[in-house]
Amino acid sequence: MNVRLYVWQRATAALMVPLVAVHVAIIFYATRQDLSAADILARTRGSIVWGAYYGLFVAAVSIHAAIGVRNVLAEWSPLSERHAGRLGLLFGLVLAALGARAVLAVVL
Amino acid sequence: MTIARHIKHRGGTLWLAALVHRLSGLALAIFLPLHFLVLALALHRAAQLDAFLRWTDQPLVKLAEALLVFLLIVHLLGGVRVLVIENFDWRDGQKRLATLAATVSAIVAFIFLVRVF
Amino acid sequence: MLLWRIRTLNWNACLWQLSMDARVKPAHDEWNSAWARVDCAQIAASKPLTENRMPEAPTELSVSLWRGGVEGRYETYRVPRRDSQTVLDVVTYVQRHIDPTLSYRFACRVGMCGSCAMTVNGRPRWTCRTHVAKVAGSGRLEIGPLANLPVIKDLATDMAPFFEKWREAKGAFAPSRTRADAIPRIRPDSPARLAADAAVECINCGVCYAACDTVRWNAAYLGPAALNRAWTLINDERDAGNVARLQAVAATGGCHACHSHQSCQEHCPLSLNPTASIAGLKRRTALAYLKGELKP
Repeated sequence: MNVRLYVWQRATAALMVPLVAVHVAIIFYATRQDLSAADILARTRGSIVWGAYYGLFVAAVSIHAAIGVRNVLAEWSPLSERHAGRLGLLFGLVLAALGARAVLAVVL
Repeated sequence: MTIARHIKHRGGTLWLAALVHRLSGLALAIFLPLHFLVLALALHRAAQLDAFLRWTDQPLVKLAEALLVFLLIVHLLGGVRVLVIENFDWRDGQKRLATLAATVSAIVAFIFLVRVF
Repeated sequence: MLLWRIRTLNWNACLWQLSMDARVKPAHDEWNSAWARVDCAQIAASKPLTENRMPEAPTELSVSLWRGGVEGRYETYRVPRRDSQTVLDVVTYVQRHIDPTLSYRFACRVGMCGSCAMTVNGRPRWTCRTHVAKVAGSGRLEIGPLANLPVIKDLATDMAPFFEKWREAKGAFAPSRTRADAIPRIRPDSPARLAADAAVECINCGVCYAACDTVRWNAAYLGPAALNRAWTLINDERDAGNVARLQAVAATGGCHACHSHQSCQEHCPLSLNPTASIAGLKRRTALAYLKGELKP
């Protein structure tokens, strides 16, 4: 890992500290209330706050996980740094696309 | 016989903490795409999302969810510990902090489990 | 050079005396303080212990030594147990009295030169300052070459990759003045000097390098010792090589590969904390990168 990847991974990590904490609180709330799909969607549809919050979360996690997967592959698999980097990037892009789709699905 | 077999200085608390951090990160990376796919069911088929939510009422699935909560929090707290090491003045007692992080994660996951059952 | 010769001769005289009479060895255990000096004259002058203070029941040690190269096997020898015996004494006994073909490396025998590190009962240690009493309560010792380095033969590893990485991390002092200039004054209590002080006593023994699992996973990783050295120089106000040094430790295989396992700190015979030094490098390089002073 070089300094550029390090800064991106640690910056997204620091950004996600409050995001994950809130997400855990939401998980506890949602499971407690035993919400149905309609209940969830009623709360999220058309909400700019939910869209911004989870949009940011998806962007951060995609960058963070892409670099993490790259590092694990580079250290633990026989792949070269370059190939590990490419696979990490691909993983990040797939994650970002699926995440964006999920956010849109619950917000729009 | 090759020499590597005889090295046994691994497996310390902080080595384990790093391993747990890595494995929890990997597990979350594998889980996330599935999580996103399920949420996307809401795009057109709210009924399917409901069916999925009902599927998650099974005890085994609830157990798996508690494990995911544990993984998420242990990765969060382990990450905070590393961020503090890297960005602030050195403080001793990292083994204790790492153990504390794992304990808190287990307790939160257990509370989650109690609440969903 | 002449002075060095004389000093070496003094040391040899001192060591000869030590080997002639094992009882006059300093009684203290492995050094835990950051630094200590064994005064040759002091040892030579100290009186031998009287006979009745010898250990009550000297027995035998069962010592397994790695024999061969990367491929090889542990061979077991029986070595007499002595008072205040170090692991290096045990290895030396085998080489001098049982099998002269045994290969190992040592020089100063007092924890200064950093050449006698080996794997002792599964842990990397400096053998000259490791007392048998501390590591072989059961009377068994398993001694192998240091991990993460190529094995030459038996207990001797090739330290070249270790020192090569020291060079790669720009571990050499880059002077900013000539001998014609005045000596710069460094305040002992300045933050930079304190940071350098905390890390500067490294003797290049390679114990941290052998203890580090990141070194094993990542062949390009510079390792704790080289990065710790870079950190001391970055905090040296007289040094002029920090642009190149930051660039070197910020590249792939540099400080950012560290996982903060802290094995280096746990195993360092001088109780240094390379993990803290590496954390310092991470901060310094990240800041330089954000300011646009570093190219990844």
